[in-house]
Amino acid sequence: MHQPVPHEVATPAAKLGRAIVVTSGKGGVGKTTTTANLGTALAQRGARVALIDADVGLRNLDIVLGLESRVKYHLLDVLEDKVSLDEALVPDKHSETLVLLAAAQSREKDEVDTEKMRALVQGLRERFDYVLIDCPAGIELGFKNAIVGADEAIVVCTPEVSAVRDVDRVVGLLGNRFKPQLIINRLRPALVKKGKMLSVEDVNAILRLPLLGVIADEPEIIITTNRGEPLALRHEGETANAYHAIAARVAGENVPAPSPELKESLMGKLGSIFGGKRA
Amino acid sequence: MIDWVKKMFGGPTSSSTAKERLRLVLMTDHLALAPDIIENMKRDLIDVISRYVEVDRDKVEVNFEREDRALAMLANIPIVSVNRPSPPPQPPAQSGPPSRRRRRKKPPAQSPATAH
Repeated sequence: MHQPVPHEVATPAAKLGRAIVVTSGKGGVGKTTTTANLGTALAQRGARVALIDADVGLRNLDIVLGLESRVKYHLLDVLEDKVSLDEALVPDKHSETLVLLAAAQSREKDEVDTEKMRALVQGLRERFDYVLIDCPAGIELGFKNAIVGADEAIVVCTPEVSAVRDVDRVVGLLGNRFKPQLIINRLRPALVKKGKMLSVEDVNAILRLPLLGVIADEPEIIITTNRGEPLALRHEGETANAYHAIAARVAGENVPAPSPELKESLMGKLGSIFGGKRA
Repeated sequence: MIDWVKKMFGGPTSSSTAKERLRLVLMTDHLALAPDIIENMKRDLIDVISRYVEVDRDKVEVNFEREDRALAMLANIPIVSVNRPSPPPQPPAQSGPPSRRRRRKKPPAQSPATAH
Protein backbone atom coordinates (compact mmCIF):
# COMPACT_ATOMS: atom_id res chain seq x y z
CA MET A 1 0.00 0.00 0.00
CA HIS A 2 2.89 2.31 0.64
CA GLN A 3 4.79 1.67 -2.55
CA PRO A 4 5.62 4.78 -4.48
CA VAL A 5 3.79 5.29 -7.70
CA PRO A 6 5.98 5.43 -10.75
CA HIS A 7 5.71 8.56 -12.80
CA GLU A 8 7.57 10.27 -15.54
CA VAL A 9 10.15 12.67 -14.25
CA ALA A 10 9.39 16.37 -14.62
CA THR A 11 9.78 17.66 -18.07
CA PRO A 12 12.44 19.98 -19.36
CA ALA A 13 11.94 21.97 -22.55
CA ALA A 14 9.66 20.76 -25.30
CA LYS A 15 7.73 18.10 -23.44
CA LEU A 16 4.34 19.02 -22.04
CA GLY A 17 4.06 19.58 -18.31
CA ARG A 18 1.65 17.63 -16.13
CA ALA A 19 -1.76 19.05 -15.32
CA ILE A 20 -2.96 17.77 -11.96
CA VAL A 21 -6.32 18.62 -10.43
CA VAL A 22 -6.52 18.67 -6.62
CA THR A 23 -10.02 17.65 -5.65
CA SER A 24 -12.09 16.03 -2.87
CA GLY A 25 -15.82 16.45 -3.37
CA LYS A 26 -16.34 17.66 0.17
CA GLY A 27 -15.38 21.18 1.14
CA GLY A 28 -13.11 22.09 4.01
CA VAL A 29 -10.76 19.12 3.84
CA GLY A 30 -7.75 21.24 2.90
CA LYS A 31 -7.62 21.21 -0.91
CA THR A 32 -6.39 24.79 -1.13
CA THR A 33 -3.78 24.43 1.60
CA THR A 34 -2.59 21.21 -0.03
CA THR A 35 -2.41 22.83 -3.47
CA ALA A 36 -0.43 25.79 -2.09
CA ASN A 37 2.00 23.58 -0.20
CA LEU A 38 2.46 21.00 -2.94
CA GLY A 39 2.98 23.78 -5.50
CA THR A 40 5.49 25.46 -3.21
CA ALA A 41 7.29 22.18 -2.53
CA LEU A 42 7.53 21.38 -6.24
CA ALA A 43 8.82 24.90 -6.98
CA GLN A 44 11.36 24.57 -4.15
CA ARG A 45 12.67 21.59 -6.08
CA GLY A 46 13.25 23.88 -9.04
CA ALA A 47 10.23 22.87 -11.10
CA ARG A 48 8.21 25.49 -12.96
CA VAL A 49 4.76 25.45 -11.41
CA ALA A 50 1.52 27.23 -12.29
CA LEU A 51 -1.32 27.13 -9.77
CA ILE A 52 -4.85 27.76 -10.99
CA ASP A 53 -7.56 28.63 -8.50
CA ALA A 54 -10.62 27.13 -10.17
CA ASP A 55 -12.90 27.99 -7.26
CA VAL A 56 -14.59 30.86 -9.10
CA GLY A 57 -16.62 33.00 -6.72
CA LEU A 58 -14.79 31.80 -3.60
CA ARG A 59 -11.19 32.65 -4.24
CA ASN A 60 -8.76 31.54 -1.56
CA LEU A 61 -5.54 30.23 -3.01
CA ASP A 62 -4.12 33.78 -3.26
CA ILE A 63 -4.70 34.21 0.50
CA VAL A 64 -2.98 30.97 1.45
CA LEU A 65 0.01 31.95 -0.70
CA GLY A 66 0.04 35.50 0.67
CA LEU A 67 -0.49 36.95 -2.81
CA GLU A 68 -3.87 38.60 -2.33
CA SER A 69 -2.54 42.14 -2.68
CA ARG A 70 -0.80 41.30 -5.97
CA VAL A 71 -3.77 39.87 -7.84
CA LYS A 72 -4.96 42.27 -10.53
CA TYR A 73 -6.60 40.00 -13.04
CA HIS A 74 -8.16 36.59 -12.76
CA LEU A 75 -9.03 33.39 -14.55
CA LEU A 76 -12.18 34.74 -16.20
CA ASP A 77 -10.34 37.82 -17.48
CA VAL A 78 -8.03 35.45 -19.35
CA LEU A 79 -10.76 33.09 -20.54
CA GLU A 80 -12.74 36.06 -21.85
CA ASP A 81 -9.65 37.51 -23.59
CA LYS A 82 -9.73 40.72 -21.53
CA VAL A 83 -6.07 40.39 -20.62
CA SER A 84 -3.23 38.17 -21.74
CA LEU A 85 -2.23 35.16 -19.72
CA ASP A 86 1.07 36.79 -18.80
CA GLU A 87 -0.68 39.83 -17.39
CA ALA A 88 -2.81 37.63 -15.17
CA LEU A 89 -0.15 35.26 -13.85
CA VAL A 90 1.00 36.47 -10.43
CA PRO A 91 4.62 35.58 -9.56
CA ASP A 92 4.97 34.09 -6.09
CA LYS A 93 6.73 36.08 -3.37
CA HIS A 94 8.86 33.23 -2.15
CA SER A 95 9.46 30.75 -4.94
CA GLU A 96 10.86 32.09 -8.19
CA THR A 97 9.42 29.37 -10.39
CA LEU A 98 5.88 29.53 -8.99
CA VAL A 99 2.99 31.54 -10.45
CA LEU A 100 -0.68 31.85 -9.55
CA LEU A 101 -3.71 32.38 -11.75
CA ALA A 102 -6.32 33.57 -9.27
CA ALA A 103 -10.04 32.88 -9.40
CA ALA A 104 -12.58 35.64 -9.93
CA GLN A 105 -14.18 36.55 -6.64
CA SER A 106 -17.26 38.36 -7.90
CA ARG A 107 -18.26 35.95 -10.65
CA GLU A 108 -19.92 32.55 -10.76
CA LYS A 109 -18.72 29.09 -11.60
CA ASP A 110 -21.06 28.59 -14.54
CA GLU A 111 -19.56 31.59 -16.30
CA VAL A 112 -16.48 29.53 -17.10
CA ASP A 113 -16.36 28.27 -20.69
CA THR A 114 -15.35 24.61 -20.41
CA GLU A 115 -13.56 24.42 -23.77
CA LYS A 116 -11.62 27.62 -23.14
CA MET A 117 -10.57 26.25 -19.76
CA ARG A 118 -9.25 23.13 -21.46
CA ALA A 119 -7.27 25.24 -23.92
CA LEU A 120 -5.88 27.45 -21.15
CA VAL A 121 -4.54 24.49 -19.19
CA GLN A 122 -3.09 23.02 -22.36
CA GLY A 123 -1.30 26.32 -23.04
CA LEU A 124 0.13 26.39 -19.51
CA ARG A 125 1.40 22.83 -19.87
CA GLU A 126 3.62 24.03 -22.69
CA ARG A 127 5.32 26.51 -20.37
CA PHE A 128 5.31 24.84 -16.96
CA ASP A 129 6.40 21.48 -15.59
CA TYR A 130 3.33 21.31 -13.39
CA VAL A 131 -0.08 22.91 -13.62
CA LEU A 132 -1.94 22.34 -10.34
CA ILE A 133 -5.64 23.11 -10.43
CA ASP A 134 -7.37 23.79 -7.12
CA CYS A 135 -10.85 22.37 -7.63
CA PRO A 136 -13.95 23.81 -5.93
CA ALA A 137 -15.98 21.61 -3.61
CA GLY A 138 -18.93 19.84 -5.15
CA ILE A 139 -19.39 17.78 -8.29
CA GLU A 140 -21.22 20.29 -10.45
CA LEU A 141 -20.01 22.50 -13.26
CA GLY A 142 -17.16 23.98 -11.19
CA PHE A 143 -15.76 20.48 -10.74
CA LYS A 144 -16.16 19.68 -14.44
CA ASN A 145 -14.37 22.86 -15.46
CA ALA A 146 -11.56 22.19 -13.00
CA ILE A 147 -10.89 18.69 -14.31
CA VAL A 148 -11.37 19.35 -18.01
CA GLY A 149 -7.76 20.23 -18.75
CA ALA A 150 -6.16 17.89 -16.22
CA ASP A 151 -4.68 14.53 -16.99
CA GLU A 152 -4.08 13.46 -13.41
CA ALA A 153 -5.85 13.88 -10.08
CA ILE A 154 -4.82 14.13 -6.47
CA VAL A 155 -7.69 13.55 -4.07
CA VAL A 156 -7.51 15.02 -0.59
CA CYS A 157 -9.38 13.20 2.14
CA THR A 158 -9.67 13.70 5.88
CA PRO A 159 -10.23 10.66 8.14
CA GLU A 160 -13.97 11.24 8.43
CA VAL A 161 -16.93 9.23 7.18
CA SER A 162 -18.34 12.12 5.15
CA ALA A 163 -15.02 12.98 3.49
CA VAL A 164 -14.28 9.37 2.56
CA ARG A 165 -17.75 8.96 1.13
CA ASP A 166 -17.36 12.07 -1.02
CA VAL A 167 -13.91 11.05 -2.23
CA ASP A 168 -15.33 7.66 -3.18
CA ARG A 169 -17.95 9.46 -5.26
CA VAL A 170 -15.45 11.81 -6.87
CA VAL A 171 -13.11 8.96 -7.76
CA GLY A 172 -16.05 7.21 -9.40
CA LEU A 173 -16.78 10.35 -11.41
CA LEU A 174 -13.14 10.82 -12.40
CA GLY A 175 -12.75 7.29 -13.71
CA ASN A 176 -9.41 5.75 -14.55
CA ARG A 177 -8.23 8.43 -16.93
CA PHE A 178 -7.00 10.64 -14.10
CA LYS A 179 -5.01 7.96 -12.23
CA PRO A 180 -6.16 9.44 -8.90
CA GLN A 181 -3.71 9.39 -6.02
CA LEU A 182 -4.53 10.04 -2.38
CA ILE A 183 -3.37 12.52 0.24
CA ILE A 184 -4.86 11.95 3.69
CA ASN A 185 -5.02 15.28 5.46
CA ARG A 186 -5.56 16.36 9.06
CA LEU A 187 -4.76 13.02 10.62
CA ARG A 188 -4.40 13.07 14.39
CA PRO A 189 -2.15 10.14 15.30
CA ALA A 190 -2.98 10.31 19.00
CA LEU A 191 -6.69 9.94 18.27
CA VAL A 192 -6.07 7.08 15.84
CA LYS A 193 -4.11 5.28 18.52
CA LYS A 194 -7.00 5.64 20.97
CA GLY A 195 -9.48 4.29 18.42
CA LYS A 196 -11.17 7.67 18.07
CA MET A 197 -10.27 8.40 14.48
CA LEU A 198 -10.19 6.40 11.27
CA SER A 199 -6.63 5.32 10.52
CA VAL A 200 -4.80 5.64 7.21
CA GLU A 201 -5.37 1.94 6.73
CA ASP A 202 -9.11 2.22 7.46
CA VAL A 203 -9.49 5.00 4.91
CA ASN A 204 -7.50 3.33 2.21
CA ALA A 205 -9.03 -0.10 2.79
CA ILE A 206 -12.10 1.57 1.33
CA LEU A 207 -10.64 3.95 -1.24
CA ARG A 208 -7.80 1.67 -2.42
CA LEU A 209 -5.84 4.46 -4.05
CA PRO A 210 -2.09 4.90 -4.40
CA LEU A 211 -1.10 6.84 -1.29
CA LEU A 212 1.04 9.92 -1.89
CA GLY A 213 1.30 10.72 1.79
CA VAL A 214 -0.35 11.68 5.04
CA ILE A 215 -0.37 15.15 6.60
CA ALA A 216 -0.95 15.47 10.33
CA ASP A 217 -3.35 18.00 11.78
CA GLU A 218 -0.73 20.41 13.07
CA PRO A 219 -1.11 23.96 14.43
CA GLU A 220 1.82 25.09 12.30
CA ILE A 221 -0.30 24.61 9.17
CA ILE A 222 -2.88 27.01 10.57
CA ILE A 223 -0.20 29.47 11.63
CA THR A 224 1.58 29.49 8.26
CA THR A 225 -1.76 29.83 6.49
CA ASN A 226 -2.60 32.80 8.72
CA ARG A 227 0.62 34.42 7.59
CA GLY A 228 0.29 33.54 3.92
CA GLU A 229 3.58 31.66 3.97
CA PRO A 230 3.07 28.01 3.04
CA LEU A 231 4.68 25.57 5.44
CA ALA A 232 6.50 23.90 2.54
CA LEU A 233 8.79 26.96 2.37
CA ARG A 234 10.50 25.43 5.38
CA HIS A 235 12.88 22.56 5.03
CA GLU A 236 12.70 21.26 8.55
CA GLY A 237 9.95 19.86 10.71
CA GLU A 238 7.93 16.73 10.21
CA THR A 239 4.95 18.28 8.45
CA ALA A 240 7.01 20.48 6.14
CA ASN A 241 9.07 17.42 5.26
CA ALA A 242 5.89 15.47 4.61
CA TYR A 243 4.96 18.02 1.93
CA HIS A 244 8.43 17.74 0.43
CA ALA A 245 8.20 13.95 0.41
CA ILE A 246 4.82 14.15 -1.33
CA ALA A 247 6.30 16.53 -3.92
CA ALA A 248 9.18 14.12 -4.47
CA ARG A 249 6.74 11.28 -5.01
CA VAL A 250 4.70 13.37 -7.42
CA ALA A 251 7.94 14.06 -9.29
CA GLY A 252 8.50 10.31 -9.53
CA GLU A 253 11.14 9.86 -6.85
CA ASN A 254 11.17 6.61 -5.00
CA VAL A 255 10.72 7.91 -1.45
CA PRO A 256 8.35 6.39 1.11
CA ALA A 257 4.93 7.96 1.57
CA PRO A 258 5.19 10.18 4.64
CA SER A 259 2.94 9.14 7.51
CA PRO A 260 2.85 10.62 11.01
CA GLU A 261 0.96 7.61 12.31
CA LEU A 262 3.99 5.40 12.79
CA LYS A 263 5.88 7.72 15.04
CA GLU A 264 2.93 8.69 17.14
CA SER A 265 4.20 10.67 19.31
CA LEU A 266 6.58 9.88 21.95
CA MET A 267 8.02 13.11 20.70
CA GLY A 268 4.67 14.85 20.97
CA LYS A 269 4.21 13.67 24.52
CA LEU A 270 7.70 14.67 25.55
CA GLY A 271 7.10 17.97 23.79
CA SER A 272 3.99 18.71 25.79
CA ILE A 273 5.53 17.53 29.07
CA PHE A 274 8.51 19.81 28.67
CA GLY A 275 6.47 22.61 27.17
CA GLY A 276 8.23 22.12 23.87
CA LYS A 277 7.85 24.84 21.31
CA ARG A 278 5.78 23.95 18.27
CA ALA A 279 5.64 26.66 15.62
CA MET B 1 -10.44 6.32 31.59
CA ILE B 2 -14.03 5.44 30.78
CA ASP B 3 -12.96 4.84 27.20
CA TRP B 4 -10.23 2.57 28.41
CA VAL B 5 -12.69 0.57 30.51
CA LYS B 6 -15.08 0.35 27.57
CA LYS B 7 -12.25 -0.86 25.39
CA MET B 8 -11.28 -3.48 27.94
CA PHE B 9 -14.82 -4.80 27.97
CA GLY B 10 -15.02 -4.92 24.22
CA GLY B 11 -17.22 -1.89 23.57
CA PRO B 12 -16.83 -0.46 20.09
CA THR B 13 -14.49 2.48 19.66
CA SER B 14 -15.84 5.46 17.78
CA SER B 15 -13.45 4.74 14.93
CA SER B 16 -14.84 1.23 14.50
CA THR B 17 -18.33 2.73 14.50
CA ALA B 18 -17.15 5.16 11.81
CA LYS B 19 -15.68 2.29 9.81
CA GLU B 20 -18.89 0.31 9.99
CA ARG B 21 -21.06 3.29 9.02
CA LEU B 22 -18.75 4.03 6.13
CA ARG B 23 -18.89 0.46 4.86
CA LEU B 24 -22.67 0.42 4.85
CA VAL B 25 -23.14 3.87 3.39
CA LEU B 26 -20.79 3.09 0.53
CA MET B 27 -22.57 -0.16 -0.26
CA THR B 28 -25.81 1.76 -0.44
CA ASP B 29 -24.16 4.49 -2.56
CA HIS B 30 -22.71 1.99 -5.00
CA LEU B 31 -26.02 0.22 -5.40
CA ALA B 32 -27.79 3.50 -6.01
CA LEU B 33 -25.21 4.32 -8.67
CA ALA B 34 -25.78 1.07 -10.52
CA PRO B 35 -29.47 1.02 -11.45
CA ASP B 36 -28.80 -1.11 -14.54
CA ILE B 37 -27.19 -3.80 -12.42
CA ILE B 38 -30.17 -3.79 -10.06
CA GLU B 39 -32.53 -4.09 -13.04
CA ASN B 40 -30.57 -7.03 -14.45
CA MET B 41 -30.49 -8.73 -11.07
CA LYS B 42 -34.23 -8.22 -10.69
CA ARG B 43 -34.87 -9.71 -14.13
CA ASP B 44 -32.68 -12.75 -13.45
CA LEU B 45 -34.30 -13.26 -10.07
CA ILE B 46 -37.76 -13.25 -11.64
CA ASP B 47 -36.59 -15.64 -14.35
CA VAL B 48 -35.33 -18.14 -11.81
CA ILE B 49 -38.44 -18.00 -9.65
CA SER B 50 -40.67 -18.21 -12.73
CA ARG B 51 -39.30 -21.67 -13.44
CA TYR B 52 -41.13 -22.90 -10.40
CA VAL B 53 -44.09 -20.62 -9.86
CA GLU B 54 -45.98 -18.06 -11.88
CA VAL B 55 -45.22 -14.55 -10.65
CA ASP B 56 -46.71 -11.16 -11.44
CA ARG B 57 -43.70 -9.58 -13.16
CA ASP B 58 -45.10 -6.07 -13.14
CA LYS B 59 -45.57 -6.00 -9.39
CA VAL B 60 -42.16 -7.30 -8.36
CA GLU B 61 -40.36 -4.93 -6.00
CA VAL B 62 -36.69 -5.13 -5.09
CA ASN B 63 -35.34 -2.84 -2.40
CA PHE B 64 -32.26 -2.51 -0.28
CA GLU B 65 -32.44 -1.68 3.37
CA ARG B 66 -29.96 -1.36 6.12
CA GLU B 67 -30.58 -3.91 8.77
CA ASP B 68 -28.39 -3.56 11.79
CA ARG B 69 -24.89 -4.46 10.59
CA ALA B 70 -25.62 -5.52 7.03
CA LEU B 71 -27.36 -4.42 3.91
CA ALA B 72 -30.40 -6.54 3.14
CA MET B 73 -32.01 -7.09 -0.22
CA LEU B 74 -35.76 -7.29 0.15
CA ALA B 75 -37.69 -8.73 -2.75
CA ASN B 76 -41.46 -8.72 -2.82
CA ILE B 77 -42.57 -11.14 -5.52
CA PRO B 78 -46.31 -11.70 -5.84
CA ILE B 79 -47.06 -15.29 -6.85
CA VAL B 80 -50.04 -15.65 -9.14
CA SER B 81 -50.20 -19.40 -9.26
CA VAL B 82 -48.25 -22.37 -8.00
CA ASN B 83 -50.01 -24.81 -10.28
CA ARG B 84 -47.81 -24.46 -13.27
CA PRO B 85 -48.28 -26.95 -16.02
CA SER B 86 -45.31 -29.28 -16.19
CA PRO B 87 -42.87 -29.18 -17.84
CA PRO B 88 -42.05 -25.50 -17.19
CA PRO B 89 -41.85 -23.36 -20.34
CA GLN B 90 -38.26 -22.22 -19.67
CA PRO B 91 -36.39 -25.17 -18.21
CA PRO B 92 -32.96 -24.44 -16.75
CA ALA B 93 -30.01 -25.11 -19.01
CA GLN B 94 -29.11 -28.31 -17.21
CA SER B 95 -32.59 -29.44 -16.25
CA GLY B 96 -32.84 -32.43 -13.99
CA PRO B 97 -35.73 -34.87 -13.93
CA PRO B 98 -39.13 -33.19 -13.50
CA SER B 99 -39.56 -34.71 -10.07
CA ARG B 100 -36.85 -32.39 -8.73
CA ARG B 101 -39.01 -29.31 -9.18
CA ARG B 102 -39.23 -27.38 -6.01
CA ARG B 103 -41.87 -24.97 -4.99
CA ARG B 104 -41.24 -21.77 -3.17
CA LYS B 105 -43.64 -19.17 -2.05
CA LYS B 106 -41.93 -16.96 0.36
CA PRO B 107 -42.51 -13.31 -0.38
CA PRO B 108 -40.67 -11.29 0.66
CA ALA B 109 -37.58 -13.33 0.07
CA GLN B 110 -34.58 -12.07 1.94
CA SER B 111 -30.95 -12.51 1.31
CA PRO B 112 -27.95 -10.43 2.23
CA ALA B 113 -26.28 -8.72 -0.68
CA THR B 114 -22.77 -7.50 -0.88
CA ALA B 115 -21.18 -4.87 -3.04
CA HIS B 116 -17.84 -3.25 -3.66
